Order: sequence, then C-alpha cells, then structure tokens
Amino acid sequence: MRPASLRSVYPGPGGFDPKELKREFPIFANNPGLVFLDSGASAQKPRSVIDRVSNYYSTDYANVHRGVYRLSARSTELFEEAREKMRAFLNAADPREIVFIRGATEGINLIAQSWGATFLKAGDEVLISDLEHHSNIVPWQLLRDRIGIRLVVAPIDATGGLDLAAFETLLSRRTRLVAMTHLANATGALVPIETVTRLAHRHGAKVVVDGCQAAPRLDVDVQALDCDFYVFSGHKTYGPTGIGVLYARYDLLSAMPPWQGGGEMILNVTFEKSEFQDPPHRFEAGTPDISGAIGLGTAIDFIEELGRDNILEHEEALTGYGVDRLSRISGLRLVEAGQRRLGILSFDLAGVHPHDLAQVLDQHQVAVRAGHHCAQPLVEKLGLAATTRASLGVYNDEGDIDRLAEALEAAREMFLR
Amino acid sequence: MMDLRELYQDIILDHGRHPRNFRKIEHPTHSAQGHNPLCGDRVTIYVTLDGDRIADVSFQGRGCAISTAAASLMTEVLKGKTTAEARALFAQFRAKATGGEPAPDLPEPLAEEMERLEPLTGVKAYPARVKCATLSWHALEAALKGSRETVKTE
Repeated sequence: MRPASLRSVYPGPGGFDPKELKREFPIFANNPGLVFLDSGASAQKPRSVIDRVSNYYSTDYANVHRGVYRLSARSTELFEEAREKMRAFLNAADPREIVFIRGATEGINLIAQSWGATFLKAGDEVLISDLEHHSNIVPWQLLRDRIGIRLVVAPIDATGGLDLAAFETLLSRRTRLVAMTHLANATGALVPIETVTRLAHRHGAKVVVDGCQAAPRLDVDVQALDCDFYVFSGHKTYGPTGIGVLYARYDLLSAMPPWQGGGEMILNVTFEKSEFQDPPHRFEAGTPDISGAIGLGTAIDFIEELGRDNILEHEEALTGYGVDRLSRISGLRLVEAGQRRLGILSFDLAGVHPHDLAQVLDQHQVAVRAGHHCAQPLVEKLGLAATTRASLGVYNDEGDIDRLAEALEAAREMFLR
Repeated sequence: MMDLRELYQDIILDHGRHPRNFRKIEHPTHSAQGHNPLCGDRVTIYVTLDGDRIADVSFQGRGCAISTAAASLMTEVLKGKTTAEARALFAQFRAKATGGEPAPDLPEPLAEEMERLEPLTGVKAYPARVKCATLSWHALEAALKGSRETVKTE
C-alpha cells in the first residue's frame, strides 16, 4: 500500500526527498543505476498510477455514460471524478470546460480544426513563437493550407526568451489567435503567459497555451493566466500515455462544432441529421480512454500530495545546480533559455555530436534526448542541428546531475583526446 | 551490453575527428545530398567519373562520428573503383551493417577493401545508428544514378 502522505514519509528540504521518492517509481528498482533525465519526453510513473490503472480494470471496469447497470454507473462516476480533478488541477471554473483528449497534440489539432476552421477566415493571423514544438506549428500550417490564414512567428531575443517587444508589435487587428508554449520543451525557457494573454486580449485575440512542460512543474491556474485554451499531455505529468487534457472557456466550447463524430457525442441521430451533446461530451466521440483518465487523476493526486510549490522549488533548485555543474565542463555551451530556465538543460558539447554523446551517456546509464526535440525551427535558429537535452522530474536529485556530468567528461575524453 | 568501444573503434574516432577527402569537388560529374531528418545530419557526396571509374570522390557536411567516419572511409576505399565495384561494396557493407541477408561474396581485392569498412559494422548492435553508417553510401548511390533529389533516411 502507498503511504497516506508522501510528504510525511519522505520529508526533505523541498518538502520531499527526490532520492527517497525514487522508491515510489518501480522503473528504478527494475533498472538499477538508471539516471533518467528524459522526463520532458515522457515522465516515469509512480506505483500509485500503475496500480490504479490495473485495479480499475480488475474491479470497476465498464464502458461509461451508457450502461444502466451499476458497474457502468460506477465507471462513469470515476471517469467524471477524474474530470473534476483536472478542473481543480488547472483551477478551471467548471468541469464542463475539461475535454479528455489523447494528448496535447490532439488538443491543438482539435482547436485548429473546430474553433479555427469555424471562426477564422482567409487573411486572419495566428501568432505563434520561435519556441514552439512541432505540435504547435504543424496544425496551424494545415489550417493555413486549408482556409488561407496567415501564420506569424514571434521571435526570441538574444537571451533565448520570447521577445515581448517584438511580440507586441506583431499583434494587430488581424491577429485572431495567439498559440504559445508555456515552457519551451527544447530549451526550458519559461514564457510570461500572463503578459502574453493580457497583450493578446487587448487586440481581441484568443490565446492557446501549450502546457506540456509547464503542467508537471508549475502551479497552473488558467483563470489567473486568463488564457482561452490550455492543453497538456498526461504522460508528461506522471500519468498514463494516450490521455491528455484540453481546457477551454465554456462559452468558446459551446460555440464550437464537433470535430469527430460518433457515439458519446450525440443526443439524437437520424439518417437525416444528428443533434450533438453539450460540451465536453460533444468533443469526446467514441469510447474514451477511461483508464487513462482515471490513472491521470491518480497522477494528479500524487502531484498534489507532493505539493506543487514543493515541486517547483525542487525543479528550480535542481535546474540551478545543473546549470552550475554543467557550466564547469570545458567546451559545454548551455543553450540560452531567456530570463528564467526551468526543468530543462539543453546543451552543446563542442566537437561531440549529440547522438554520439547520448550513446556514450547511455553506456553510463544516463538517459537523455539528443536531436531537435520536435522543435526544428528553434534549434536551427540557435545555430545548431541538434542538441543534447537533460530534462528533470520529481525523482531526480543532485546525484543524477553529478552522474550526467561525469558521463559528459568521459565522452569528452573519448572523442576529444 | 556491448562495449561501446566496439562501436567507437579507434579508426572510427580517428576518421570522425579527421575526416579524409572532406572537401568540395568544384566540377563533379555526379553529386547528391543525403539527409537524416531524425538527427539533422547532412552530407553531400561529390564524384568525378572517368569513364566508368571513380577518379575522385569527396564529401562535405555535418554529422556524428559514425556518419563522418563512414563517409570518410567510403571515399578512401572507392577511389579508383568502377561503379559496379562500388555497388558491390555497398551491397556487402549494407548487409553487414544491418545484419541482414548476406550479399554475394566479393572478389579478393574488393574483399580487402571491405575489411577496412568492418569497424563500421558494429552499428548493427545499435539499430538507431545503422542509418548513420549508411547515409553517405545511399547518397553515393543516388549520385551515381544521377538523382537530384536529396536522399532521406526516413
């Protein structure tokens, strides 16, 4: 059984001790010596999440929103409880503003195809930034090719952060939507979303926030951010794969047409026409990922139990330690991440290609990502073809950073001697 | 786990650091580009054919130690070979690097050249790296075919 309170069992300086916390993640017991620094791609799962998914299938499983029988009612209740947990996690005003989706990618595609295709017209501008992941670029290009919107890109400044002044000058009456990352996955640059939404709203534009990297690290409050849409992926937030969350203001959701048709999302179907459900069900065609949603609910419980302030404090402290430790390695350049870097250390080691580097690090049991991190335009703008990226999670400690640094020194020795 | 030094043998590290024939040929008779979108690696192969014989071959680009060493060693073994010999070497090399179906045996002089390429076949234990070792060969094949398209590994 899982302890009633992780914080009381594992008290540490930041409210929890990451070294002790590793015990809550079975992957570490099954892979002794593993230094996992790729949580930005996908986070490891706590035992509570793994057990919850398994127990749900063993004890409570049935399809939702359909059966008259008690098991189906119980399953529906658990699924809707998970929705309420997502509402609380994002501090949304209403659980009907939470749509379960496969992941952030699907969420952005949903917004583009439903809201975008309905409310945008040729010549309207969608403003993104240099910092975006491909999943916040390509859906807008597809929409552009379909209906003729213009895609405008706000640049980064010399420090690698969003250039707010340039962003502001790109806003105009034509700007109908701003779609921006909260925390850049390739570099760890934190974007001041409150300022972005304030400026965007002043010009009448709606704001979509890609919260993939922020949701596991920051106390996200969609009402305080004042954004119109917010998406994140469950698997990066210590939850299962295949589930994610789209938050959208209810008035926007209720004006949006369905983007996929099928069961679950209808009120009445004849061969002539169909009537659709109200949000959020209108956007959840077919049998949803019920176990994923319930498992993500347990992941959110886990995060809340650790304390989101504690997690942020931990990520900030470890990011600072990582910056110090890696900066001492000769020839290593940390990729610029603006005024505030969080949870992600992207770097270039002179003379050693990231793929060779990641290979040597793997030999030292250090798992990092090498490549363009699905942010090819940004990495190329930084003058690189690829970078090596270490991204942090709640289970990482200073010892992991030390092991990374030692492995980097070994790689230098191998390739540059 | 296999010792990493079997992947990164001294000859690979050496060619990775100091690639041979790393230059542009100003007026090649054939050339083609290779691109590995997964890692952003790019290579351009330049060939000067004299009849059917490779009079000169060189490359430029950016890539990991494996792909740089593979291109470098490739240019070394190919100089003076006929295009048919180059294709036979590639067939053999690809078979060994991917651990796939063995290609036909090579005649003696070519078999010796193949031995020079052996260190690169350590990639077969690392499936993600096979493309690094074969990218320049695919580009060469495209160059000889007269293809103008960039060869992609994905």
